[in-house]
Amino acid sequence: MNAKTEEFLGNLIEFREVSFHINDIPTRSILSGISLAVSHGETLVLLGRSGSGKTTLLRLMNGMLFPTQGEVLVQQRSTCDWDLIRLRRGIGYVIQEAGLFPHFTVAENVALVPTLEKWDRGRTAARVSELLILVGLEPTEFADRRPRELSGGQRQRVGVARALAADPPILLMDEPFGALDPVTRAELQREFSALARRLGKTIVFVTHDLREALLLASRIVLLEAGRIVAMASPQEFLRLEHPEVRAFAASLEAAPGATP
Amino acid sequence: MSPDQSNWSFFAEHRAEIFSATLDHMALVVIAMIIAILIGVPLGMFIVQRPTLRAIALAVASIFQTVPSLALFGFLIPIPFIGGIGKRTAIVALVIYALLPILRNTYVGLTGIDPAVLEAAEAMGMTNAQILFRVRLPLALAVILAGIRTATIITIGVATIAAAIGAGGLGTFIFRGVALVSDSLILAGAIPAALLALLADFLLGLVERKLKVS
Repeated sequence: MNAKTEEFLGNLIEFREVSFHINDIPTRSILSGISLAVSHGETLVLLGRSGSGKTTLLRLMNGMLFPTQGEVLVQQRSTCDWDLIRLRRGIGYVIQEAGLFPHFTVAENVALVPTLEKWDRGRTAARVSELLILVGLEPTEFADRRPRELSGGQRQRVGVARALAADPPILLMDEPFGALDPVTRAELQREFSALARRLGKTIVFVTHDLREALLLASRIVLLEAGRIVAMASPQEFLRLEHPEVRAFAASLEAAPGATP
Repeated sequence: MSPDQSNWSFFAEHRAEIFSATLDHMALVVIAMIIAILIGVPLGMFIVQRPTLRAIALAVASIFQTVPSLALFGFLIPIPFIGGIGKRTAIVALVIYALLPILRNTYVGLTGIDPAVLEAAEAMGMTNAQILFRVRLPLALAVILAGIRTATIITIGVATIAAAIGAGGLGTFIFRGVALVSDSLILAGAIPAALLALLADFLLGLVERKLKVS
């Protein structure tokens, strides 16, 4: 799968006129008219208020949901045509509260996809150590702990390590730092931003925090009521005139001195 | 001679009979519980994703539980194959009683899992079978075992009544004691049954605590 990805440097993910309705009722539309291309190696941040459809958009990318109209292409193949297990194992996924398995140790959590993919023991163990170091957790200290013995920030680090385990080309992140205290959040954002640049993954990141978007994004997509209302680089984004952009910019100004 | 002494000497004289009745009783309970677990746990797993079937299964199991046990034994006697006089009928009735707590707890345990954990499992590319056996079941185990524990205690109690249809066990002493107005006989059945229930509760409680995660 990786070899295949390397050859291909175009759009990793592409939305073509995608709409998503609940129970096929057009009046209850969660997303409408979404066209979007995510290119290789970029960090695309989906920004929007709660209920703007950003999580739904993310879940369309790994076949957790399917479009009512239009199509979602991953590596130029529609999610409807993918073997979903294969598709998802090639896409890292990090969510708020991490969703770690409480009955697994940290090492077992990180080793999830390698285990499913039946890597041999030595290779898996080496990969787990490598990843724990990458996310700033000392393997000898943390590998055998259970998730309940970790702080929120440490759990989220494990969540990132687990998502990266099988070296997927794509990483989907749904408000991964949303439930953390402000100090830990800032710390993880900084570290993750450096990590993302180093790894060269294609990342789609959902947040309602403009500051986080400005810090991490190579491109920001703003959603409002299920539609894309703005798309810009972080530098250009704050200069846009759209009212929803202004509303978000105002939220930034409301907290002076906190600009990254 | 005080009544206490007469009880003790009665127990001492009949200890071999009491012991063998206790073994019979345990056999009834163990067989019934194994069958109830073999039906209840897979059925609980099966109804998790099927709301209609779930409503039916839980309703039927609840209704059975409301039937007085003596009446249930009575109803079963005329039924061919599973009915009649003896151990087999008793086991069928005990299974019916044990089923609800096991079924309900299996269902509750499997569905009461942190949604974030299930979402992560799905998104990481686990198949439905992998999610069931590697995530849902291990996380539900403590709750399922709590159901098995409740069911075992109910079964130990209800099994005393199975003597009424000739299934043997500790109930034999109790029924005979009631007929002959003999406290010693009643206690010879009741005390070992109570001790069995306490012991089962304690041991299964230990296992349950071991299995509890987070």
